[in-house]
Amino acid sequence: MNFFASIGRATMAVLAHIGGLATFTGEALAGVVRPPIYTRLILGQMVRIGYFSLPVVGLTAFFTGGVLALQIYLGGNRFGAEAIVPQVVVLGITRELGPVIAGLMIAGRVAAAIAAEIGTMKVTEQIDALTTLATNPIKYLVVPRVVAAVISMPILTAIGDSIGVMGGYVVSVYSLDFNGTSYLKNTVDFAHQEDIMSGLIKAAVFGFIVALMGCYNGFNSKGGAQGVGNATTTAVVTSSILILAADYVLTALLFHK
Amino acid sequence: MTTPKIQLIGVKKRFGSKVVLDGVDLTIDKQSSVVIIGGSGTGKSVTIKSILGIIRPDEGTILVDGEDVTHMRGANRDRVLRQFGMLFQGAALFDSLPVWENVAFGLIQGRGVARAKARDIAIQKLAKVGLAEDVAFLSPAELSGGMQKRVGLARAIAADPEIIFFDEPTTGLDPIMADIINDLIISTVKDVGATALSITHDMVSARKISDKIAMLYGGKIIWQGPTKEIDHSGNPYVEQFIHGRAEGPIKMAVKA
Repeated sequence: MNFFASIGRATMAVLAHIGGLATFTGEALAGVVRPPIYTRLILGQMVRIGYFSLPVVGLTAFFTGGVLALQIYLGGNRFGAEAIVPQVVVLGITRELGPVIAGLMIAGRVAAAIAAEIGTMKVTEQIDALTTLATNPIKYLVVPRVVAAVISMPILTAIGDSIGVMGGYVVSVYSLDFNGTSYLKNTVDFAHQEDIMSGLIKAAVFGFIVALMGCYNGFNSKGGAQGVGNATTTAVVTSSILILAADYVLTALLFHK
Repeated sequence: MTTPKIQLIGVKKRFGSKVVLDGVDLTIDKQSSVVIIGGSGTGKSVTIKSILGIIRPDEGTILVDGEDVTHMRGANRDRVLRQFGMLFQGAALFDSLPVWENVAFGLIQGRGVARAKARDIAIQKLAKVGLAEDVAFLSPAELSGGMQKRVGLARAIAADPEIIFFDEPTTGLDPIMADIINDLIISTVKDVGATALSITHDMVSARKISDKIAMLYGGKIIWQGPTKEIDHSGNPYVEQFIHGRAEGPIKMAVKA
């Protein structure tokens, strides 16, 4: 009997979570279109989410491009296809690794920061205080972060894509004896607009996931410092998993022939 | 007979299987100062948050100026909330904003007052709670607990509300600072001509700031009356509480 009760309880908890997240997402999306729109806050969040993430995204993209070039060269070497490095690097970076690496870095940096900030506001009653001051906390806290993340992520990814391709270029030219001019020409000739665009669309979706999970977990944190810590961890873990899951779904949708 | 400012009729709220409010009836007259007393975890905060709409009651009706606000949302709720001010237990100042923006927040966000004008008002309100102009430009984290309470009070009165709620206004303060806050509560409430509802378990504060006291126990208001009658309530629960005795009809749950 206890066995069934615990299954029931767990099922109810999962359903309550899904319902809560769905309601929260709906409120956040409704807040994007309904006034008031806090432009100042959106710009401020773009600086925090986008601009301050440039170093970490740039560095990881550079090394990813470099290691990609090295691996493709070593792998291609087995059947005499080393020359394909520039084409595979640009394809891999723009379609997959650029947005995914940027997404995961943002998940670690931004989802954690958002969850910790909003979680602390929750447990210190600052969110209740917003309500009593006739300010909708969803509009004031969630919408600016979500909008800023959705705008910032494609820009970050575009920059990350360029740096990633340059990482591949540096390794290929200075370590693998490629000709620099023909490397770049092969890259530019091979990459299609849809490769780049698909990556930027993914990036926007990843930005939405990160900001939403950060806010949702922050809003639902309870019980002081430990609760905020749990919310932060959950925000990072769930947004990372959702990014990889969404990546598969988006790839299947975008390249459906 | 005039309409009471706030009226709670049979308000019930439970969380999971735990019944917190089990039919609360309370009437708060215009420009009166009512204090709800009761032990920790008896639902004092839930009562206040139900009136504000932060928590939705399961049953019952809440009237503000005779208008049913129980299930109000969105723009209507905001309109009602604009006549409220609240001082939170931990002050709940926004730590990302300087002191003056905290005080002016309701004016800027809720009422669209221009920032420069809102800042002047904020500085006036800070003066009313005894804080100098230079405090306005500090961050809340740089203030002591007592000063944070004062800023919270200035924020609560910034928009000249008709109703002010005080959640444990003196908890965590030394006796002298507590008395200063009590005096400020009395003077500011009189000053703006507001109706006040406070919750506290500090009897010194309750006696000083209220003209009516209600005691919450077991999810119900078990006694209410004028403050001067609290010592002759004839209610053993009230007697035990106001004298702070461990022995009596109230059994504290030691285990949560």
